[in-house]
Amino acid sequence: MKLLECPVIGKRPISEFDYMGEIRIPPLAADEKTWSEYVFNRKGAPCSLKEAWYHRPTGRWYVVVRNTLTDEIEAHVDISEVQYELPA
Amino acid sequence: MNYRLEPQPYEWISRDNAIRFTFEGREFQAFEGDSISSGLLANGQSILGRSFKYHRPRGALTLANHDVNALFQTDEKPNVRGDVVALEPGMTLTACNVNGTVIKDKDAKIEYAARFLPVGFYYKTFHKPKKLFPFWEKIIRSKAGLGQVNTQWDAQRQSKSYAFCDLLVIGAGLSGMQSALAAADAQLNVVLVDENPFIGGSLDYQLAHEPRVKALRESLKASVSTHPNIRLYTSTLAVGWYTDHYLPLLTPHGIIKLRSRAVVHATGVMEQPAVFRNNDLPGVMMASGIQRLISRYAVKPGQNALVLTSNDEGYRAALDMCEAGIAVVAVVDMESIAQRGEWAERVLAKGIRVLEKHGIYEAIGRQSVQRVIVAPLSGESCDLAKKDVIDCDLIAMSVGWVPAAQLIYQAGGKLSYDETLQQFVPESLPKGIFVCGRLNGAFTVDQRISDAKAVAQEAVAFLKGQHEPRDLSQYRDTTAHSHPWPIIEHPKGKNFIDFDEDLQLKDLKNAILEGFDNIELLKRFSTVGMGPSQGKHSNMNAIRVLARAQGLSINATGSTTARPFFHPVPISALAGRRFRPERRSPLHAWHEAHQAKFMEAGVWLRPEYYGASSARLDCIQEEVEAVRSRLGIIDVSTLGKIEVMGPDAARLLDLAYTMKMSTLKQGMTRYALMVDDSGVIIDDGIVGRVASDQFYVTATTSHADATYKVLSKYVQFCRLNVRLVNRTGSLAAINLAGPESRKVLAPLTSISLSESDFPYLGMREGLLCGYPVRLIRVGFVGELGYEIHLPHDAALEVWQRLMAAGQTVGIKPFGVEAQRILRLEKGHIIIGQDTDGLTHPYEVGMSWAVPLNSKAWFTGKPSLARLKSSCQRQLVGFKLAQGAPKDLVKECHLVIDNNEMVGRVTSVAYSPTQQCVIGLVMLDQPYADTSNPIHIRVDDGRLIRGERCRLPFYDPEGIRQTSAVEEVLL
Repeated sequence: MKLLECPVIGKRPISEFDYMGEIRIPPLAADEKTWSEYVFNRKGAPCSLKEAWYHRPTGRWYVVVRNTLTDEIEAHVDISEVQYELPA
Repeated sequence: MNYRLEPQPYEWISRDNAIRFTFEGREFQAFEGDSISSGLLANGQSILGRSFKYHRPRGALTLANHDVNALFQTDEKPNVRGDVVALEPGMTLTACNVNGTVIKDKDAKIEYAARFLPVGFYYKTFHKPKKLFPFWEKIIRSKAGLGQVNTQWDAQRQSKSYAFCDLLVIGAGLSGMQSALAAADAQLNVVLVDENPFIGGSLDYQLAHEPRVKALRESLKASVSTHPNIRLYTSTLAVGWYTDHYLPLLTPHGIIKLRSRAVVHATGVMEQPAVFRNNDLPGVMMASGIQRLISRYAVKPGQNALVLTSNDEGYRAALDMCEAGIAVVAVVDMESIAQRGEWAERVLAKGIRVLEKHGIYEAIGRQSVQRVIVAPLSGESCDLAKKDVIDCDLIAMSVGWVPAAQLIYQAGGKLSYDETLQQFVPESLPKGIFVCGRLNGAFTVDQRISDAKAVAQEAVAFLKGQHEPRDLSQYRDTTAHSHPWPIIEHPKGKNFIDFDEDLQLKDLKNAILEGFDNIELLKRFSTVGMGPSQGKHSNMNAIRVLARAQGLSINATGSTTARPFFHPVPISALAGRRFRPERRSPLHAWHEAHQAKFMEAGVWLRPEYYGASSARLDCIQEEVEAVRSRLGIIDVSTLGKIEVMGPDAARLLDLAYTMKMSTLKQGMTRYALMVDDSGVIIDDGIVGRVASDQFYVTATTSHADATYKVLSKYVQFCRLNVRLVNRTGSLAAINLAGPESRKVLAPLTSISLSESDFPYLGMREGLLCGYPVRLIRVGFVGELGYEIHLPHDAALEVWQRLMAAGQTVGIKPFGVEAQRILRLEKGHIIIGQDTDGLTHPYEVGMSWAVPLNSKAWFTGKPSLARLKSSCQRQLVGFKLAQGAPKDLVKECHLVIDNNEMVGRVTSVAYSPTQQCVIGLVMLDQPYADTSNPIHIRVDDGRLIRGERCRLPFYDPEGIRQTSAVEEVLL
């Protein structure tokens, strides 16, 4: 995938985007092991991954489901579906 | 003797323009449009080079860059491919791999040792005994290299350009032209590329004398050249395929990066050699190579030709040679003549001797072909009892083809072996990749036209989103054009499979016997297909040999992987022109006019110092001294500048930065430290509170965009009601620092600068020289100072008025280097210089910036809670004895204790205030815990002793930056 078909801005080269990895919510009350899993480990096996892509020219974030084996975007996700709360 | 023929109908040469050139010191004449090889062959120079390993004489083989027999050295370039590089007037050429001349090569004696140099000889022999290896290495290297690099080369840069199209068609032969035309007629925007300087492909050399294609050729050529929807690039190679149909097109003027929506491959087929003893002698050529030589360059490769064939194309070549006045002494058909059609009849009608079911056992000749031993084939070997010796000086091989499918493999396409055609053909293709023509097994003119039209239709449907994959085999030929085993054994060998690497049949057999019996292993051990022609003429026969030896089918044996590039790409084309946009501050022109020496800081150019480069250190010291004793001014416009507004603004900054920002009072600023989830420091800056729901944030020069990204991530993923504005480019910033700063600034601004109205770390808004500004009292360089944030367009005027106002106190502009020394004296770290990808706040003495107890959450908090008690390193200050050389210790020098590395220097400089060299070292914790001196290994290997110091080096109480200087001085 060198072009990302975006629902808002159309087909753009992925060089305009920063890949920000899987959407993950920090485990707030985690023990040390869970926390270090969160910090240091990433899913590596091929799968459908819900990912964040940051579009640098517009400063906007996109959430997509990407098949990491075929490198194809399977779905676009509204950001409201993956929002989370952090303690004040 | 002149070997030039009468003008040929589609020749490439321009007979009005003669060219003179020299080869090995002798002068030759040729025509414009000649390749190096054809120019030499026209003059009767049949030996064009020497083989890589045995230095055997080699001549033209394919004339299509499918072999590298003809490699030349020019004054500028090594390894110039004679088959495809055009002659230029005055060219001075030598052969690449020759010790002497191509006729008398002193290294040819290596061949006598050939039987002692089997495949794998080098790997197995020269590593024992170990101490002799450098000796052997030297000899092998001098023998192994090809060509001489001219180290006095001119830097040549070629521009890259970008292009877009609906459909790229690769190959402008019959199929390519026809499919491009059909697609263009269907309103697609088409790019058609061909590696040759002229379009037409095999139409113009294999079918040059075929009257039935004359009208077709002319109409196709005219249509594709003038069609408004077709952009035609000749002398252009599609050298690689990248995801989403991104293809670099290598033109004579540089690379075009083409983004296509779909690609039609009409790249055709590459002719393959027959394998028999001495099949590499000059005079043994591919039939298609002979046809290219005759049709394109009007050069006659010999007088008496023998054709070895197993397809119609061989008979056609025989007829073409007759047409060119070459006597065809015999056509040797490896199969039965009964299956040949009209072409064979036409050959027989000319009274040419045809030997069916025969093969070539051996070619004979010293420097070129003189005789051939032919014999009936009995099974797969020659029946020597019935052998015949035929005199000839030219052998045309026409025994098979392989598809030019390299780019299809790169795109993830699969090919399978078709037993009918005895050829690999495309089986399954990735989305948007299409094939047609001989590459797809369509051989006759009618088949190729139908296939090309069908593929255009398929591509058009695909681009409309209505794609139904077509039956690729619909227009494939039903008779074989390749022989399944064009290989004749000979007890004395010298029957070559790979001409690049001098690999004989027995070399492959031995490699297989040694256990390298997988195609990828066989390739790597024997180096078959690893030479400059990348298997174009050798892979197929290697696969056949391996399949036979293993008793496997061709499909089960498989093929090696093709990778970019298809053809060597010059570094100058890859490098392109420098395209690194740089940002300049609004004061850039002023800096330039005042002798600033610039350095790169992230994407910005910043003044490193002002003055002559010969007096660099003195200039920097004077700038430092000005700030400490009087007044300095520095352009800090490159700082990241972000406005944070909205009800959740304080909450956002609490999440993103370690320290608590929600408690910040309006009009005050606070140091801001940003860490990532693992607790590693990624940025610092200051946060100032403009209003209860508005903050002004600065970030480091190189991390400004990343900081904006981090902040925007929280806004969008944590549903915060915040608006962010990145004002890095729209605002300029100037730091006025030094004991005289207040005195100079006060008359110019509406803001009261008194200590009570505007304390240290305060932030005020008002007017300066009539412009709206924000002033911030900062202490980065450790003096009374004001950071002035102002509109981009006001920067120059304000800067000049400050300079003028500061004249009486001796104001001096200072650069990044002086600022680095000033902050080092204060012990302030620079993120990315004093920290690395693992440094957390506790390692750099910033536990005060990590409020683990008072904040419920901030990024990295759980990690820092864990790291607090397990520091592995510590940043420590040191100084050298007074009088030590100023530039002895450098950044990244190692700290050594008992021959072990225990740390490294992160910052070091001569401090004019301390009158000695000071610096920071990152020490391993156990060593940091001792009070041992610090020994630094410098460039010449000496250990230099430094003493540990408490930080900061300068003004440890921080009096000078926090209060009025008048008061301090009293």
